Amino acid sequence: MQERLLDVKNLKKHFKTKKGLLHAVDGVDFYINKGETLGLVGESGCGKSTTGRVVLRLLEATDGEIIFEGKNILQYNKDQMRQMRKEMQIVFQDPFASLNPRMSVSEIIAEPLLVNKVFSNRQDMNKRVTELMDTVGLAERLMNVYPHELDGGRRQRIGIARALALKPKFIVQDEPVSALDVSIQAQILNLMADLQDEFGLTYLFISHDLSVVKHVSDRIAVMYLGKVVELSDYNSMFKNPLHPYTQALLSAIPVPRIDIKRDRVILEGDVPSPVNPPEGCRFYGRCRYRQDICKAKTPELQDMGNEKFVACHFAGNLKPATV
Amino acid sequence: MSNVKLQKEEVQPSVPKAPKKKKSQWLEVWRRLVKNKAAMVGLAIMLILIFSAIFADFIAPYGYDEQVLTNRFKSPSSEHLFGTDNFGRDIFSRIVYGSRISLRVGIISVAIAALCGGSLGAVAGYYGGKLDNVIMRMMDILLAIPGIILAISIVAALGPELRNVMIAVGIGGIPGFARIVRASVLSIREQEFIEAAKAVGANDFRIISKHIIPNSMAPIIVQATMGVAGAILSTAGLSFIGLGIQPPIPEWGAMLSTGRDYIRDYWHMTTFPGVAIMITIFALNLLGDGLRDALDPRLKS
Repeated sequence: MQERLLDVKNLKKHFKTKKGLLHAVDGVDFYINKGETLGLVGESGCGKSTTGRVVLRLLEATDGEIIFEGKNILQYNKDQMRQMRKEMQIVFQDPFASLNPRMSVSEIIAEPLLVNKVFSNRQDMNKRVTELMDTVGLAERLMNVYPHELDGGRRQRIGIARALALKPKFIVQDEPVSALDVSIQAQILNLMADLQDEFGLTYLFISHDLSVVKHVSDRIAVMYLGKVVELSDYNSMFKNPLHPYTQALLSAIPVPRIDIKRDRVILEGDVPSPVNPPEGCRFYGRCRYRQDICKAKTPELQDMGNEKFVACHFAGNLKPATV
Repeated sequence: MSNVKLQKEEVQPSVPKAPKKKKSQWLEVWRRLVKNKAAMVGLAIMLILIFSAIFADFIAPYGYDEQVLTNRFKSPSSEHLFGTDNFGRDIFSRIVYGSRISLRVGIISVAIAALCGGSLGAVAGYYGGKLDNVIMRMMDILLAIPGIILAISIVAALGPELRNVMIAVGIGGIPGFARIVRASVLSIREQEFIEAAKAVGANDFRIISKHIIPNSMAPIIVQATMGVAGAILSTAGLSFIGLGIQPPIPEWGAMLSTGRDYIRDYWHMTTFPGVAIMITIFALNLLGDGLRDALDPRLKS
């Protein structure tokens, strides 16, 4: 078995709202091996971004364990966590909102170095900033410009350079390309793949875009309403989805051919509210295989062999959907 | 996956290479400020006023307390540029000397209000919760007391001195700044770049001072330029009831309120100090607006 870098166990994040407790992340389990990319997919509001932030402790978890290189980082105090931040970084979704409009490109990239006092003199730091800009493909003459003068793709490169500055081992990619043009998306995705090869990075790639996730991931976790419903490697996920939700999700990927008749799984109803969710399978109301047990008991992730995990009472016994 | 080699974008050999060294941020702000003509006019007026305050002894043709009782209420003439007042003192000289007091009171008391109010507001807005509640309720208490009564009680307690007047007027301005800064911090706190700063390990002080305050500068500058005018007038009010600047030291606000008694017959006694206050505020407004724009790199043309 490969070495695990990150192991998330029963992670929970609940928000207090006026209507009740919002279960944004409700018992999420997954792990990421060193050097691989785990794609985290799910529809809007299913808790994938919250998961990414809780893993980095930008939001405090309500419950659970986050084991990074063998140590539970949820038990770290503020100072230890600050040290830890050198190892794990994040690239944000919106390259317009995630860069301070009053700081120049070089200041933004230098900030992590400055904050962590990596260099004692300015020359070394400037050298490192130039080097980082080169790494992510930003021309050196852009050093003194401000983010608003650049297009989305270059801004996202700034965000990536900032994340790389401290030489982290692990980067959470929170929908890094969903705000970009399709033509730029490919550039950024290729850049990140190259960086992964070059620096041996491990990614948690959060996205709602299945085609993007398909392109970058080694393994994929599917989330539905605060829970991981299926976790498996890339091939078996797309060839043999076991959870009814995954089946529906994959059958929604458009195929650019009109002569193919597909058996699409159409979901009925709407995503239930994550505020005070009832006991039982979260997917109960929309599942076409539902039985009484689904309502009574919450299915746990079960090991299906070959590093495939599914949270369904009937996992493996369902007719595989033709995708 | 892809073996595409990274391509440096837009290789333009003809473009002259950007200076390697990072340009100083303040130099950049200054360069933008110089381009703004209105701000330069404001700055020039302020420099003239400061210059005249420093060199009042050389500029003023008469002493500020030189009374010539036979020369009372003289209209402006070549001898007395702005005329004379009820004690026969030269108003021009008194305005020149008065700029020492008025500028100092205006600027220092606003600085006190902006620093204290701004940091309280930033802390309240950033941390929220109980701390926010405690700070803002204290501000409400200050707001509930009429400004002039608050200033009177503070000066009465500390003694009528210039320093105490500045403190009293400054404290009166704290709640206004606290509320404005808190409101803009609340809107900036939720932005993603704050989260990004947290993710790289920046502490709260750095986040507030480097990310939040620079982005909430605009309303602070506007409030500050307005505040200077208010401070000069509050000082005048204090002087009027004998708690502010003690006569015969000239102060624009005090001159204005003395002149009010004679406004029907001798217009020049109120007009010139009033114009002096107006010009100061006008200049500060121009300068403030220019500074606000110069500090915002997005407005770079």
